[in-house]
Amino acid sequence: MVKDKNKNYYQSLSRNMILSTIIVSFTPMILVITILLQQYQVSFYEKTNAHLNELVQKHKQNIDTFLTEKTANIRFLAMTKDYETLNDDEFLQRKLQLLRNDYGNVFVDLGIVEASGLQTAYAGPLELENVDYRNAEWFQSAWQKDSYISDVFLGLRGTPHFIVAVRQNENGREFLVRATINFNSFNSLVQTLRLGKTGYAFILNREGAFQTQPAMDIPPDPDGISFLWKAVEKTRNKILITRWTDDTGEADLYAAGSLKHGQWLLIVKQKVSDAYADLRRMYYLALVIFVIGAAGIVFMANYTTRRMVRRIRKTDREKEGMNQQIIETGKMASIGELAAGIAHEINNPVAIMVEEAGWIGDLLEEEDFAEGENLKEFRRALTQINTQGRRCKEITHKLLSFARKTDSTLKDVQLNDIIREIVDLSSQMAKYNKVSIETRLQKTLPYITASPSELQQVLLNLINNALDAMEKTGGVIHISTKISEIEPGTIVIVVEDNGPGIPDANLSRLFDPFFTTKPVGKGTGLGLSICYGIINKMGGKIDVQSAVGKGTRFRIWIPFQQ
Amino acid sequence: MMTTSYVMLVDDEVPFVETMTKRLDRRGLKIISASGGEEALKKLKENDTVDVIILDVKMPGMDGIETLQEIKKIYPLKEVIMLTGHATVETAIEGMKLGAFDYLMKPCDIDVLVAKVDEAAKKKKSHDAKIEQARIDKLVLRRGYD
Repeated sequence: MVKDKNKNYYQSLSRNMILSTIIVSFTPMILVITILLQQYQVSFYEKTNAHLNELVQKHKQNIDTFLTEKTANIRFLAMTKDYETLNDDEFLQRKLQLLRNDYGNVFVDLGIVEASGLQTAYAGPLELENVDYRNAEWFQSAWQKDSYISDVFLGLRGTPHFIVAVRQNENGREFLVRATINFNSFNSLVQTLRLGKTGYAFILNREGAFQTQPAMDIPPDPDGISFLWKAVEKTRNKILITRWTDDTGEADLYAAGSLKHGQWLLIVKQKVSDAYADLRRMYYLALVIFVIGAAGIVFMANYTTRRMVRRIRKTDREKEGMNQQIIETGKMASIGELAAGIAHEINNPVAIMVEEAGWIGDLLEEEDFAEGENLKEFRRALTQINTQGRRCKEITHKLLSFARKTDSTLKDVQLNDIIREIVDLSSQMAKYNKVSIETRLQKTLPYITASPSELQQVLLNLINNALDAMEKTGGVIHISTKISEIEPGTIVIVVEDNGPGIPDANLSRLFDPFFTTKPVGKGTGLGLSICYGIINKMGGKIDVQSAVGKGTRFRIWIPFQQ
Repeated sequence: MMTTSYVMLVDDEVPFVETMTKRLDRRGLKIISASGGEEALKKLKENDTVDVIILDVKMPGMDGIETLQEIKKIYPLKEVIMLTGHATVETAIEGMKLGAFDYLMKPCDIDVLVAKVDEAAKKKKSHDAKIEQARIDKLVLRRGYD
């Protein structure tokens, strides 16, 4: 019951220690990681957005400049030459060549279109002279404005292109100068813009049709487009950066800016997972550090706690053992006092009895009794009283000498004397157990410095253990002393019995406090641990050898005075 | 046997004293008994003839050692035999340092005790004789010179 309680106590002690260590270690770690990640995330978003903003802004400007420049080229051509000059294939051919020299393959062809929609002059790779553009969408839009840039369309030639047209009024005669812009050269302005693995740019018109060849062939999401358009209009010509999750559940990061006076939209689109890949890598790193740190903390908390609790447990047990030893010594001392008192009290009446018997003996010397019939019997009885009185005296003397030595002060002791006393004291009990005690004591042993009462305690313990072991079977206890040959400078005492022996399993725990094989209430399990303590304190050694069925041998080495 | 010895027996155990008195008396000793230190000193004052005092070590009131010291102070020539139980051997030995003649352990053999008493009495008497002789010598000398 007590043991269970202790076990629970130590279990809850370790649990509390582990928990508090873990909490104390985890809290700052979690706080630091969370705060750092939070800060990192904020600044990472800012950095990413700033980068996107700059990128889109630059390209927007580039594209706008490109378009304005091309329009300006055509306008210049229209304004500097009169209709007659312009309306000549050869002249246009020359101009186209000049423009191509200046700008590369941007300009595909040049043409003059009359109000009727008829192209009167043309220079370019196709046979488009006298083509009627009356019903062409671009023509109708262009006729209403000074200058016009069309959306990208396939037109008559069947390849994507767009038209830059400038309306000129020469003395009431209105005509259009138009040029076709090479789609590829325009497209390359946008297509070269790439971000990470999934980031690409494209241009949309109001209807959501691609104005450039998108890098990935993804049909535009109409909801997304209208959302973007609205959002961009709200920002008033600034760059919009936003997120949009499409139907497939994939989140994309959009950066958009309007082009061409709000007719086109330059969009840079990147998957959120790609845009924030660095951030995610950081999260993974933090997670890995956290997991490793947590594992380390948990392991160390467990390990150190277990070690500490084991140590606490050990010291507790030692303390308890010491307390028991103190109690035991105190008990021995009080038993000693009791014995002394009893011995003295008995001694006086015995003395009187012996004296009275002596007196009767004296009186029997008188002549009146000399002839008495039972004189012989009287004498025998008196001798018997005397003998028994003497025996009482011896017993009280032994008790007294035992009692006088129950203090733990150190004295110079003859070991053999103490052994003889203990053997005398134990012989009665041994007789009841059918055990005989034999001694073989080396004469002229040197003195040792020890507490006689403690030595008595050790020997009594060993003898009593042997007697208990041989309670049923009977046997012989051998006690011998000699100067040790194995351990120089010590006297060795061997206490040997031929009892049942001690199983190997118990042998290693024999000197542990509270280890007992006796039934509950019969043994405290302290006897041998106290012996061990006493011998250790004297600077000596105690060991045990045992064979089941053959017997047990205790050996004690005690250093003697040189 | 020389002249009769006068012996005082001091012990608080009255039955012991009574029996011992009878036994020692039978062996030709003159016994005066006392059951404590104070009584012993009082009786010594009344009776100066006591040669040997047998004194129990452990007594209520004035104990053996105190009594011994008192006796030795007043009557340095009277011999004291300490009677002791096993527990008080040390005390008895201390008594010998304080001038006791010897000690015996209770219960003791009556013959041993008588022998001890004779020894002590002999010593006491030889002391007495020497002192007597010295006194006589002194007297003779004084007379011679007078």
